[in-house]
Amino acid sequence: MHLFSMFLKFQHHLYCLCLPQIRVKPDHTGVVTDGVKHSMNPFCEIAVEEAVKLKEKKLVKEVVAVSCGPQQVQETIRTALAMGADRGIHVEVSGKDYETLGPLQVSKILAALAKKEQADLIILGKQVADFRDSGTFASEVNIEADKLKVVREVDGGLETIKIKLPAVVTADLRLNTPRYATLPNIMKAKKKKIANVKPADLGVDVSSRLEVLKVDEPPQRQAGVKVETVNDLVGKLKEAGTI
Amino acid sequence: MALRSVSRLLVNSQRCVLFTASRSQKTAAASPWDAEKSGEKKQVKTPKAQFNWRDALDLDGLLTEEEIMIRDSFRTYCQEKLMPRILMANRNEVFHREIVSEMGELGVLGPTIKGYGCAGTSYVAYGLIAREVERVDSGYRSVMSVQSSLVMHPINAYGTEEQKEKYLPRLARGEILGCFGLTEPNHGSDPGSMDTRAKYNPSSRTFTLTGSKTWITNSPVADICVVWAKCEDGKVRGFILERGMKGLSTPKIEGKFSLRASATGMIIMDEVEVPEENLLPKVSGLAGPFGCLNNARYGIAWGALGAAEFCFHAARQYTLDRIQFGVPLARNQLIQKKMADMLTEIAIGLQSCLQLGRLIDDKKAAPEMISMLKRNSCGKALDIARQARDMLGGNGIADEYHIIRHVMNLEAVNTYEGTHDIHALILGRAITGLQSFTVGK
Repeated sequence: MHLFSMFLKFQHHLYCLCLPQIRVKPDHTGVVTDGVKHSMNPFCEIAVEEAVKLKEKKLVKEVVAVSCGPQQVQETIRTALAMGADRGIHVEVSGKDYETLGPLQVSKILAALAKKEQADLIILGKQVADFRDSGTFASEVNIEADKLKVVREVDGGLETIKIKLPAVVTADLRLNTPRYATLPNIMKAKKKKIANVKPADLGVDVSSRLEVLKVDEPPQRQAGVKVETVNDLVGKLKEAGTI
Repeated sequence: MALRSVSRLLVNSQRCVLFTASRSQKTAAASPWDAEKSGEKKQVKTPKAQFNWRDALDLDGLLTEEEIMIRDSFRTYCQEKLMPRILMANRNEVFHREIVSEMGELGVLGPTIKGYGCAGTSYVAYGLIAREVERVDSGYRSVMSVQSSLVMHPINAYGTEEQKEKYLPRLARGEILGCFGLTEPNHGSDPGSMDTRAKYNPSSRTFTLTGSKTWITNSPVADICVVWAKCEDGKVRGFILERGMKGLSTPKIEGKFSLRASATGMIIMDEVEVPEENLLPKVSGLAGPFGCLNNARYGIAWGALGAAEFCFHAARQYTLDRIQFGVPLARNQLIQKKMADMLTEIAIGLQSCLQLGRLIDDKKAAPEMISMLKRNSCGKALDIARQARDMLGGNGIADEYHIIRHVMNLEAVNTYEGTHDIHALILGRAITGLQSFTVGK
């Protein structure tokens, strides 16, 4: 799992997490990471975009991009810098630790970093929504006075809530349309700093309490059966015991 | 072990089947698994080199992280914003002026210029940008090349500080669009004998320009024209003309079956009064226009390969999908041979373009190098496009499959900025020391 987080400082920091394309290893012990391009997933892009937008509206002072993982994640941090983040933090987790890195460890890391950097606001990509905070599935984020107003997409429709800072928000698809990194910004990104941090520095133990026994690809989709009439359909369903 | 190799093949679709099959038959060489099994000392595991038909000679491995980011970001823009427009733009011969502003926003116009609102990036990045645009359409790339290399470059290289301040930032943003007037109806490969004249009027401190230029990309909708005219001393000089000047008109050329997504026309000058401040003072003679052309030709060398890549990939997918006589077309030897040729030329071409870009960035490039690669890329790309068109059969002539559009476009790309044959003469002269442009000595 490749994890990417985003900080935003306005007084607030934003987080964003993402996952890359995943394939199962042939020996079923995990997923293939060799040669997998560690690019930012769409939800992360949206989170970054929101952060940069808030900064452009002058509601935010500084945007910090954070990523947990091996060397390759620096590439993703650079992309966030090219989109407008001010600086990056690379929490180095590699090899075995990286393969077993789970949501529990990540949230510990982010929590520790958030405290250290005095983050008030965390924006995550929707994909890793293990978090309990209420600003999930955000389709609109606004800062009013010292509260965060979030419009959430829920099963029944839209819900508007106001939450106190520090808070966590997860970005949904409709939150914004991520910008293309412009050429000048990509070149400026080179000069922006990416700090290197180890989980141990944050007092976080990344050893897994879980042991992965087996990883399987989802079962192959079986072809369906075409029926000619409604009676045939009813017949088939009865056969299958579903009615 | 064979089973493991096969399952790895299934999971990692980029592996070549033959490689894996031969791997499992080897008995002599020890594999990492064998070493583990027999308890021998584990060899230092070097990652196995994989063949990637999309990047056969690992061009990406030679690019800097920044160049890759630039390429990837711009590729996304081109595929998401330009590709959806091109079918109808080409079919109905519509030029979307907005794309110039969009590209300006991304900072890709005049990217190698330092200052004046330009990005100041490397020539390699410029090449990568051109390749991505032309992967969509050569007409779009022509618009970008003209703006960057044929309008912004001469102003930057040969203009006064005032001219640079006045025009470059607005050109960079795509706020104004420029065109480049060198070719005439009676003088294409032979610009030195041009008929357009510029006469100096000391009383009004202006030049009077009379003449006509043709095959000018952007001219019908351009805001400024960089026109090359012969002065009274017999030397060719560059002038910045602005739309609205009396006597200046830019009619569109009708019935064009190439680069239909970009606007092409003439520049007609009937005693146009141009203030002397609009003369580009820092160059005289053909070195001026040729300096610009070399700049553009470099971009074209990369760009043409982008078009070729599109055609290659499209033909590959089509022949994999289309079943005839019970098997995909791609199963056939004639088809595979064609694709092998395409793959080879594209891979080799890109490597040469990268080397050229690095040389230009190091200020070690000679014009003949650029001629060589412009000629090679365009000739090979045209051939690849034609082959790809053939592989698509009847569908190959439908614009929905895009290849025929590239075939049409590449005819012009092979011709403009120095025809295939003219570049051969440039190289011939460099090789032998003997010029063969004219019949005289």
